[in-house]
Amino acid sequence: MAVERSTMPVLPPAPPSRSRVLVKGLFGSVTNTAITLAILAVLAVILPELFRWAVLDSLWAPASPQSCIQGDGACWAFIQDKARLILFGRYPPAEHWRPILAMALWMGAIAVSADWRQWGRRHWPRFLLVLWAAVLLVDAVLMAGGAFGLREVPLEMWSGLPLTIMIATFGLSSAFVLSIFLALGRRSRLPVVRWLSIGYIEIIRGVPLISILFMAAVVLPIILPPDLVIDKIVRAQVAFFLFFAAYMAETIRGGLQSIPKGQYEAADALAMSYWQSMRRIIVPQALRVTVPSMVNIFISAFKDTSLVVIISMHDLLGTTNAATNDPVWLGVYVEAYVFTALIYLVFCFMMSWYSQRLEVHIKTGRR
Amino acid sequence: MSVVAEVPLPPFWRRPLLRDILWQTVIPLLLIAAIWFFVRNAGANLEKSSLVFGGSFLGGIASFELGSNLVGFAAGDPVYKALLVGIVNTLHVSVVAIVLATLLGILVGVARLSSNPLAAGLSRIYVEVARNVPLLLQLLFWYALITRALPSPRQAWELLPGFFLTNRGLNLPLPGPEPVYGWMLLAFASACVLVLGMEWRARRRPQSMPHRASRRPLRLALLVGAPALVFVLGGMPVSLDVPVMRGFGFHGGLSLPPEYVALLLGLTLYTGAFIAEIVRGGILGVHRGQIEAAEALGLSRGQCLRKIVLPQAMQIIVPPLGSQYVSLLKNSSLAVAIGYPDIVRVSTVVISETGHAIEMIGVMMIVYLLLSLITSALVNLYNRAVTREAR
Repeated sequence: MAVERSTMPVLPPAPPSRSRVLVKGLFGSVTNTAITLAILAVLAVILPELFRWAVLDSLWAPASPQSCIQGDGACWAFIQDKARLILFGRYPPAEHWRPILAMALWMGAIAVSADWRQWGRRHWPRFLLVLWAAVLLVDAVLMAGGAFGLREVPLEMWSGLPLTIMIATFGLSSAFVLSIFLALGRRSRLPVVRWLSIGYIEIIRGVPLISILFMAAVVLPIILPPDLVIDKIVRAQVAFFLFFAAYMAETIRGGLQSIPKGQYEAADALAMSYWQSMRRIIVPQALRVTVPSMVNIFISAFKDTSLVVIISMHDLLGTTNAATNDPVWLGVYVEAYVFTALIYLVFCFMMSWYSQRLEVHIKTGRR
Repeated sequence: MSVVAEVPLPPFWRRPLLRDILWQTVIPLLLIAAIWFFVRNAGANLEKSSLVFGGSFLGGIASFELGSNLVGFAAGDPVYKALLVGIVNTLHVSVVAIVLATLLGILVGVARLSSNPLAAGLSRIYVEVARNVPLLLQLLFWYALITRALPSPRQAWELLPGFFLTNRGLNLPLPGPEPVYGWMLLAFASACVLVLGMEWRARRRPQSMPHRASRRPLRLALLVGAPALVFVLGGMPVSLDVPVMRGFGFHGGLSLPPEYVALLLGLTLYTGAFIAEIVRGGILGVHRGQIEAAEALGLSRGQCLRKIVLPQAMQIIVPPLGSQYVSLLKNSSLAVAIGYPDIVRVSTVVISETGHAIEMIGVMMIVYLLLSLITSALVNLYNRAVTREAR
């Protein structure tokens, strides 16, 4: 006697269709209808005007720069003319393939290092170290030239996007090393070490980056021996190093605090010394937790590299300003800033997309 | 038969106490050596350019102009007065931007959670773009837009009656020069002091004061009633100083230069996006069960938001909000790029006039440190009030 069972499982009601959800959200209630109508009214004013400026009245191939500037629409011809200047600045145009190749290698190395599936593999850190050393060497030769029949390009000529990427990566990677020691110092049981770390971190976090940049640009030459001349790019690098180390140290401190006490006790039980336990037990775990917030620091650091414009260096924003100062194209500003903003947007979006993916991965991995 | 394990003492250089002492002497010594090295070099370098380290140049005569300012500084005044202009300008733009960014952030943060897809989508686009483009680029963009794309004063855009936007900045109406308005301000300030005193006393000795629920209308009555009473007693004068186009520009009212408008706009839009994310996180952070419980108790949506969600969301929102305020204050230093005379701009002018770079950058850092400390102290104070009230 088989128990008669309904073969139809009890299903939850079918989800409403997408369009129905949309309509309900837009006009479902009095408030929503009012909001929708208000927004549509504003958009009806702005969007046609924007479309007219950016597309209908825009000029791609004007008879002369003059007619383009005086036109009513966007002067995209300016971007066509100046894109290479904005991207590479004073780097010799015939050699632009070199920074392109260098950046491609750089990005490739970043992509390989960012792949979290490989992080647990044996010898992976060592492999990355070798990879980065190789990429650095090849890139240095590519950018500077003077070997293998490549024309020599002095450091002052490096500008635009390659300079932005360079300042960001070098500043951040050097700051990372200092920040680990600062974070450990802040949690040290030695009062002198602890107070020095706290003082450094809090002072740096209390002042704007621009004051540190001025210090590197103006004060550093005064407090160093007179015969020691350091390039401006290196001095800016020092400023980023000092500045971001404080912010990263606070992030890493958060990671260190999240490590359960048992881990410290286990290291003690194994009779590990302080440095052994930090290097083998505590710091690796703390760093793993902090990667997503680290990426957020990377994003803000990448944006903040634009501040070197104020000490008259030619990073991506600096070359944009230089392009707008061309007397032939005088008066084209908005188009130039829109173009450069898009470049920054692409880079920052990539980083935040990665950070979100990684966060999900870490959360699911811990379960 | 007990075995007492003889633990051999480690050699003296591995004993913890000695190591602790060693670390704590070597690091300060290295630091002192580095500072001594820098000071010696600075001495030699300054001597070569015949500069004397010290603050006496601050009393010297400034030979530069900074445009119209609240301090009343002009060329010929001492240098420290120029610094004061810088500090006042930094505070001015920061405080206004903090208020506007908070309002914008709350609006957009709530809009992102709205059930209306248009409002949520547009807010999201704004937040993503504003957060991922460098602030400096945004400032330069707004400055270029205002000075290049806006009409001249003769064809000024009248946004609202009395509000004129031109390539020379923004002109807005001010309350007229009636003495009663000053008294109203004073009455409001006294009411604020009274309310704060009342709250403080209520916290110290709860029995001596009326209950919280009845204090709220009392507070409102004081804050609104006192100025209103002064207004009525003063004969209700209504006068407005509206900007008027005369000659080449606007006269009367409040005239904000394009640098100020661009800086205010940039700081507000940039920080507003970050605050929106904080607000959204705060509201989402309130446990779902709390809202369900409020519904079960029959609270209306407005009551639920006011009495259940917001007090708890505030506890999540206020601490990161405070750090946003501090970073807005520090970000106002980018004013130097568009020529607004904030503390950084004034310092660079003084440096190029007098050559005292170390001292001026030192002053600049101390000013920002103090302002950051004051800002976070105020936010902490508020945070304590918020967390206590919610308990």
